[in-house]
Amino acid sequence: MLEVKGLRKVYEGSGRRVEALRDLTFRLDAGELVCVVGPSGCGKTTLLKCVAGLLAPTEGSVTLDGVPVTGPRPGLAVVFQEYGRSLFPWMRVTENVELPLRQRKMPRDARRARVSEALDAVGLGDVGRAYPWELSGGMQQRVAIARALAYEPDVLLMDEPFAAVDAQTRADLEDLVRGLWRRRGMTVLFVTHDIDEAVYLGERVLVLSPSPTVVREEVVVELPAERDQLTTRADVRFTGLRSRVLGLIRDGGGAADQVSKAGRSGSGSDS
Amino acid sequence: MIPGALGLLVCAALWEAVPRLGLVSSAYLPPFTTTLDALGGELTDPAFWSALGDTLTGWALGLALATAGGVLAGLVIATVPYLRELTSSTVEFLRPIPSVALIPLAILLFGTELRSVLLLVVYAAFWQVLVQVLYGVQDVDPVAEDTARAFGLGPWARIRHVVWPTALPYVMTGVRLAAAVALILAVTVELVIGAPGLGHRINVAQTSQAVPDMYALILVAGCLGVLINTGARLVERRALSWHRSVRTEAPA
Ligand SMILES: Nc1ncnc2c1ncn2[C@@H]1O[C@H](COP(=O)(O)OP(=O)(O)O)[C@@H](O)[C@H]1O
Ligand SMILES: [Mg+2]
Repeated sequence: MLEVKGLRKVYEGSGRRVEALRDLTFRLDAGELVCVVGPSGCGKTTLLKCVAGLLAPTEGSVTLDGVPVTGPRPGLAVVFQEYGRSLFPWMRVTENVELPLRQRKMPRDARRARVSEALDAVGLGDVGRAYPWELSGGMQQRVAIARALAYEPDVLLMDEPFAAVDAQTRADLEDLVRGLWRRRGMTVLFVTHDIDEAVYLGERVLVLSPSPTVVREEVVVELPAERDQLTTRADVRFTGLRSRVLGLIRDGGGAADQVSKAGRSGSGSDS
Repeated sequence: MIPGALGLLVCAALWEAVPRLGLVSSAYLPPFTTTLDALGGELTDPAFWSALGDTLTGWALGLALATAGGVLAGLVIATVPYLRELTSSTVEFLRPIPSVALIPLAILLFGTELRSVLLLVVYAAFWQVLVQVLYGVQDVDPVAEDTARAFGLGPWARIRHVVWPTALPYVMTGVRLAAAVALILAVTVELVIGAPGLGHRINVAQTSQAVPDMYALILVAGCLGVLINTGARLVERRALSWHRSVRTEAPA
């Protein structure tokens, strides 16, 4: 169980002062898949870094299973937005996936098995010997996901992982993540600026406000667990939820009725 | 490659022609073929080989010490907070001192021994390596660093798996530059203070009027420089195949 209470983060340095997060409070039950959606620059990455223990909050707290997060911890893995920079170009794909396990002193054979299992799970069983930069963007992001999976985390954090891949790859990867989540039963916090993606993937969607950032609302996604790119997205419940979230982001909750034609293109495309 | 070889050929022809045509007295510039003859004589002289060995020993030892010291100091300075600011003014002051200015100090400390050569070679080469290591460590990608931390890599593992591979291309550049500087310094010090080696032999040839031998030895020193640079580039290319490929193939 992940609990974020009164989280505030102010970046200070070289005379500039940026309040990236004003006041966030929410919780995730174990095994939940929750999406965080908010406009670019509203502090989503900052939130993930605080949850991951990479960044100390200015105020408030993050607790994981009742233990305050003060630094990176073994049960938690992160998939970063900049997959190209997050994979090490001097290591082959298998070495990239294997490194965190080596660090844990896992025996070699167990390690190897875990790595190939993870690569198989993301459909990359045959590129282990390649270097990351020899792969397409979508494949690189799969490697990053495989690295996180091989780590066997209880909590998986994903920061706009598909913001920079093409639409088809993105749809595939969304289904991959949902499938893996259902099979592995880990807690997933998925950050995106894409409303459709948030509604399609999540069991709940946390809508963040623009800066000064607070949690504007938590939307429960009442869609069947079995989701499909065609039928789910055509479902009236889906389009209704999407409009509601878009309305929340745009007007802070009012006028949700004028947004029916807004789709992916309306959710912002920068990253 | 062909134009390069052609250029060398033209140079050799000019070198041959200028003294033969009497444009420069052959007492100052013996023709190319005469120099080659002298070179042949040198190559059969054991004293030449021992001089070459001395120079290479000073060069290699000095370079190795400078590289080890530069890498170590660079990593420590760059990874320990505040050490960088603390040392930057010192580095900026010491680095521009031309190493040859330390020759009197070397004589004072070690006379004409190998240690004199080493002192100056190390001093000159060390900065080349250190500065590059500092640049290299600064080049570490914050996303890579965050990734490593998130996946539980401690400080030591991060140096080994993230900082070092990032800095390696810079280290290689530093070592290549240092190798060239080290040779220059080794020959200079031998020449000026008479420590045994090629430089000293050049000096002896000059004072004993063996002008063709002097040119032959200069030629050897030049070839040595070319070989060292080529070798360094070769090693660089092999060790950094991933790096080059990243630069040339990956879209931005
Ligand atoms: N290291 C940092 N130092 C100063 N300001 C930062 C830093 N990282 C992010 N910011 C600022 O904090 C705000 C939120 O950034 P970020 O968390 O990256 O947003 P998002 O991921 O939602 O796009 C932005 O205004 C950004 O400029
Ligand atoms: Mg971000």
